[in-house]
Amino acid sequence: MVTGHEAAANAPNAGEYVVHHLTQLNTSGHAQTSIIDFSIINLDSVFYSILMGVLGLFFMWRLAKKVTSGVPGRAQAALEILVEMVDSQAKGIIHNKESRHFVAPLALTVFVWIFLMNSMDFLPVDLLPRFWQYVTGDHHAYLRVVPTADLNVTLGMSIGVLLICIWYNIKIKGLGGWIHELFTAPFGNHPLLYLPNFLMQMIEFLSKTVSHGMRLFGNMYAGELLFMLIALMGATYGVSTGMTGPLLWIGHILAGSLWAIFHILIVLLQAFIFMMLALVYIGQAHESH
Amino acid sequence: MNLNATLFAQIVVFFILAWFTMKFVWPPIMKALDERATKIADGLASAERGRHSLELASKNSAETVREGKLKVAEILAQAEKRAQQIIEDAKTQAKVEADKVVAGAKAEIEQEAARVKESLRERVAELAVAGAEKILRREIDAKVHASMLAAIKQDL
Repeated sequence: MVTGHEAAANAPNAGEYVVHHLTQLNTSGHAQTSIIDFSIINLDSVFYSILMGVLGLFFMWRLAKKVTSGVPGRAQAALEILVEMVDSQAKGIIHNKESRHFVAPLALTVFVWIFLMNSMDFLPVDLLPRFWQYVTGDHHAYLRVVPTADLNVTLGMSIGVLLICIWYNIKIKGLGGWIHELFTAPFGNHPLLYLPNFLMQMIEFLSKTVSHGMRLFGNMYAGELLFMLIALMGATYGVSTGMTGPLLWIGHILAGSLWAIFHILIVLLQAFIFMMLALVYIGQAHESH
Repeated sequence: MNLNATLFAQIVVFFILAWFTMKFVWPPIMKALDERATKIADGLASAERGRHSLELASKNSAETVREGKLKVAEILAQAEKRAQQIIEDAKTQAKVEADKVVAGAKAEIEQEAARVKESLRERVAELAVAGAEKILRREIDAKVHASMLAAIKQDL
């Protein structure tokens, strides 16, 4: 870590800049050192995650309150497209009408929420952190604005999906039925196969959940990292000698634009993939092996 | 990428948001969508009904037009027949009238002829008498022989 004195004297080098931007603002007051420490909460992730969730739901709620079955306005039509898309996906994957009363809204929430959280990536990487540093007066205040680039957030949601899967497993098959399935599927009902079956099931649940959360995290983390590297190009303006600075600055504009445009696809796609996988996993919980 | 209690916070937020959507966002939208679907279905059904009644009406009107045409043709035929008849009657009447005129003329002619004949007869008798008088001036007395002369006149 750089000290205040050093930072005041010199601009941080590229490594320091990136590491600083990738450090969460948490309750411990300093960067988390251990890999797992459940006494700490990332304030920035929780704040932006709730902000995005509340924002998205607020708009949908406002629209839903004055929704009309007559001629819809543009906003309502847009929301309807979204709802119909989610509803048709849910119908195609989950054939239990009662479950869909919960799962389809859940899928919509997940899609909108993740889309908005991912969209935080479109803000200039330094905008909110710099603002936060200005507000707090601490030039080393940490702030990360993309909640989905925090593994806690994505794993939190994928574990949420896992809990729902377990709930529906028990609800549809009964606790006994589910436990029976845990030991008899996928290889078959034989005492010798009980252990392999169980291990296989546990691996399945674990890998589903971890890959579900990791996929979103990895995409957004990498996207954020790339935005930082692009920002570093522009930061060399006035620092590098000769034509290197201006050229890199132009490179920043070109690469930044390109990556931001491409990122629109990633943002939308990752939100959609997360939603679809949640539906698929919950759908699997409804099926008996 | 460190793990911490943010994970649990996120799980809780996740369920709260999902619950909120399930409670306040999803149902009104789905209700509106279903209602609109019903409305559209009703609209389509009534459009179908309208189309059907239009079809019926146009069939009816075509039928009426056809009937009207038939009636017109009938009336035309009748009128023609009537005209024919009137012409026929007129012809007959004219013929009768003409016959009458012809007959009248004939009668008149006959009468005239008879009168001419009569006068001729008289003239012939006169001539005969005159001739005979000339011949028989002396012997024959017109007054004496009047009856005989009358008989002759009758025979002519």
